Amino acid sequence: MTKVASRLKLLPAVFAILACTAVALGQPTADPPGADPSATPGNAVAFYVLAAAATLAALGCVIATNIVRMALCLLAALAAVALLYFLMAANFLGVIQLIVYAGGTLVVIVFGVMLTSRVYGQKLRPRPGETALAWLVCAALLVGLVAILLQTTWPAAPPPTAYSVREIGQALLTDYLLPFELASVLLLAVMVGAAYLAAPLRQGAKKC
Amino acid sequence: MLTVGLSHYLVLAAIMFCCGLAVMATKRNAVGILIGAELVLNAAGLNFVALSRYAIGRLDGQIVTLFVILLAAAEAAIAIAIFVNYYRSLATIDADAGDKLRG
Amino acid sequence: MTRFTAEDALRSRWSPDAKPRAVRAFLAIAVLLAILTALLWVLATRLTGVPYLLSTLATATALLLALCCLGAAVAIQFSHLVGRILLRMAFPIFIVSLVGIILLAWAPSLLYQRVDALRAQSDNPGTPFLAAAEIEAHLTGAPATGRGWAALSAYVLWPLQFRLTRDVLAALGVLGFVSIVGAFGIWWERKVAGRMQSRLGPMRVGGWHGWAQSMADGLKLIQKEDVFLAGADRVLYRLAVYVSWPPAVVLFVALPFSAAWVGRDLDVGLLFVFAMLAVGVLGVLLAGWASNNKWSTLGAMREACQMISYEIPLGFCLLIPVMSAGTLRLTTIGQLQAGGFHTWLAFQNPFLLAAAILFFTATLAECKRAPFDLPEAESELVAGYLTEYSGFRWALFFFAEYAEMFAVAALGVILFFGAWHSPLPAHWGEPWRQGPLWQRALHGVLFGGPLWFVFKGFCLFYVQLWLRWTLPRIRLDQVMHACVQVMLPLAMIALLGNAVWELLVSPGGRLAWIVNVILTAIGLLTLLTTVGIIAYGYLNRRRLVGELAVDHLPGA
Repeated sequence: MTKVASRLKLLPAVFAILACTAVALGQPTADPPGADPSATPGNAVAFYVLAAAATLAALGCVIATNIVRMALCLLAALAAVALLYFLMAANFLGVIQLIVYAGGTLVVIVFGVMLTSRVYGQKLRPRPGETALAWLVCAALLVGLVAILLQTTWPAAPPPTAYSVREIGQALLTDYLLPFELASVLLLAVMVGAAYLAAPLRQGAKKC
Repeated sequence: MLTVGLSHYLVLAAIMFCCGLAVMATKRNAVGILIGAELVLNAAGLNFVALSRYAIGRLDGQIVTLFVILLAAAEAAIAIAIFVNYYRSLATIDADAGDKLRG
Repeated sequence: MTRFTAEDALRSRWSPDAKPRAVRAFLAIAVLLAILTALLWVLATRLTGVPYLLSTLATATALLLALCCLGAAVAIQFSHLVGRILLRMAFPIFIVSLVGIILLAWAPSLLYQRVDALRAQSDNPGTPFLAAAEIEAHLTGAPATGRGWAALSAYVLWPLQFRLTRDVLAALGVLGFVSIVGAFGIWWERKVAGRMQSRLGPMRVGGWHGWAQSMADGLKLIQKEDVFLAGADRVLYRLAVYVSWPPAVVLFVALPFSAAWVGRDLDVGLLFVFAMLAVGVLGVLLAGWASNNKWSTLGAMREACQMISYEIPLGFCLLIPVMSAGTLRLTTIGQLQAGGFHTWLAFQNPFLLAAAILFFTATLAECKRAPFDLPEAESELVAGYLTEYSGFRWALFFFAEYAEMFAVAALGVILFFGAWHSPLPAHWGEPWRQGPLWQRALHGVLFGGPLWFVFKGFCLFYVQLWLRWTLPRIRLDQVMHACVQVMLPLAMIALLGNAVWELLVSPGGRLAWIVNVILTAIGLLTLLTTVGIIAYGYLNRRRLVGELAVDHLPGA
């Protein structure tokens, strides 16, 4: 059984190969050449490097059995996505991703890991049958998604000059005011709920 | 292949989505499942921003991704609080161990 | 069994004839290199173009090595004399190195200006970049020959046109600056700590007040053994440094040292610096966890808790000058304060002054400095999350911490205290900016520029050091109480107050002017009082401090 389990580690490589095959077989939609001034070879190289980093990090999350290593791989994936946002001229979103996601959510996750692990470096392994089925479904989904994505003709928009923070702020306060206010109420509820749930138990009381 | 367009970003987002889904399906550690959910949300955010930049040309996708990041943070906070409670009740973080409806 | 006695320790390890042999060897190598130099020079005079450049470089290298060998021979022959000369000239050597570093940092910007001027006067505007021959032709006014000083200058100037070269040079500059800040920050801290504890601090290494102590420490730490931690996750143990150190260095990319001296003038520059501070929390957590040590894990969790809690009032305090400036771009916020001492943002309204003080306190907690340094308190948690780190990894963690300290001091300077401008209004010195070199240098010294920025940053850095060795540390629950129940409400009140002020008070009106004058007077008074106390203490140091004030080793 352990031999099968160790063989399952090859599945990510198969995964990656399937993804590359799907990409190669599909017909990439060609953006009109020369229309986008930011489509320089340097940007292409940067994209491929960051995409490779994000893919490897995501695969690392799947392969890793130690939970803290998974969190580290998630950090790499988050940083790669933040840099991709910078590459797409979404500067504000990139820094928000770094501040909130990498510097907030991931810290909360690592805290959770440290508070809920009884044995240092303990690994919880799933049953090989479950793993194989999960891999199969995800691989099939990936092939299907990539095939559909590559065969769709997407509308092409004129390249943006630069998105300014001022526009985002104005959009948040005019077009998206309702979600903005609802999000603040939601965050209040989340704060109260998390504080209540994580508070220490009183004597003899149990939380559901 | 040298000019990066919308399809490149969408394929990358699809790969990350499926990796996140695989993590959610194959991990027994509850925090691991949460990490998978974060990967899925990241992929969705990347999708939104790429479409907003290449296909629409406005920043609606960026606003949506802003809210996605916000909600992911809120969800992670509540999830960790739940997991801490789970750990207190069952003395393990194994998601498979929570198969009884009694606390 | 061999025994090691005192005579073994005192006896020289070199055999008696080692010294003359070494001198002869170095002289021989110097002679050989001189012959090589001559040959290469003859070769260089026959070539043109790129081979000329390479052979000239080879000649210069050979000459330099020959001189080094000659110098080594002289130093070995007269070693005791050389040692005494170096000790006596320790202070001049320190000053010369400082000036040399400043000139080395200024030189690229001058070269960039030269190249840009040459590109602007080029004949065909179609091609954006000049070839080396064209540069040479522009420099001499005659057709390019591929030989001579003009050719060499052209080859030096040619790569400086491209953004890639400039970025690489900027990255090297940032790395160098961070290393210098780390090294001298630690030395300065030890001197400040010593003086505040009625002792001297480092005095021996390098002669003058132990200024080379950090270099000696660095050499020691590099050659330390790489510890193999039993039972710990080795990958995480190593990776924790890579999560903690790079953000502290990368944030200097977005930090402007002057209006023209900025790596990338991001339109979200302020938030980028804040993001790098936020990502540094993870390094702390991972370092504590990877050590497989209860004290480390406890220290790490406390530290991360403190850091992320204080990010909230820090964020509020960052929002307040942004509200007044209307932009997140750091260069714009800096340019707003160009009109002199009274235009600095801290003196515009009382809420901004409160924001400045709250910002400074929040960054003290963010950088784990006293009085908020319970997580790394030596007396309580060994060394907190750094307990199991030694050698160069520890040094990198400390470099990251000192770099972050300077970075938040610099951020405070940009946001509140005039960025890179001197107290004199910038428009007084405007005609000097386009003048000859000495005028531009004088303008930089008098009216603002990177030197003023670094000086003001180090002033706030000094306040951080000063507070560490003056105030006692506070308990973790007191830290949390201070954050959530004191600083957060104060920051919120400041934010609301500033918003109301911006809405209701007209910028050129009388109320704004009166408040500006009052706050400027307060600021000036504080500054003069501090400088006065320092000057009084220095002038009366023999009476106040006693024999510690005398600048030599006791008993020497």
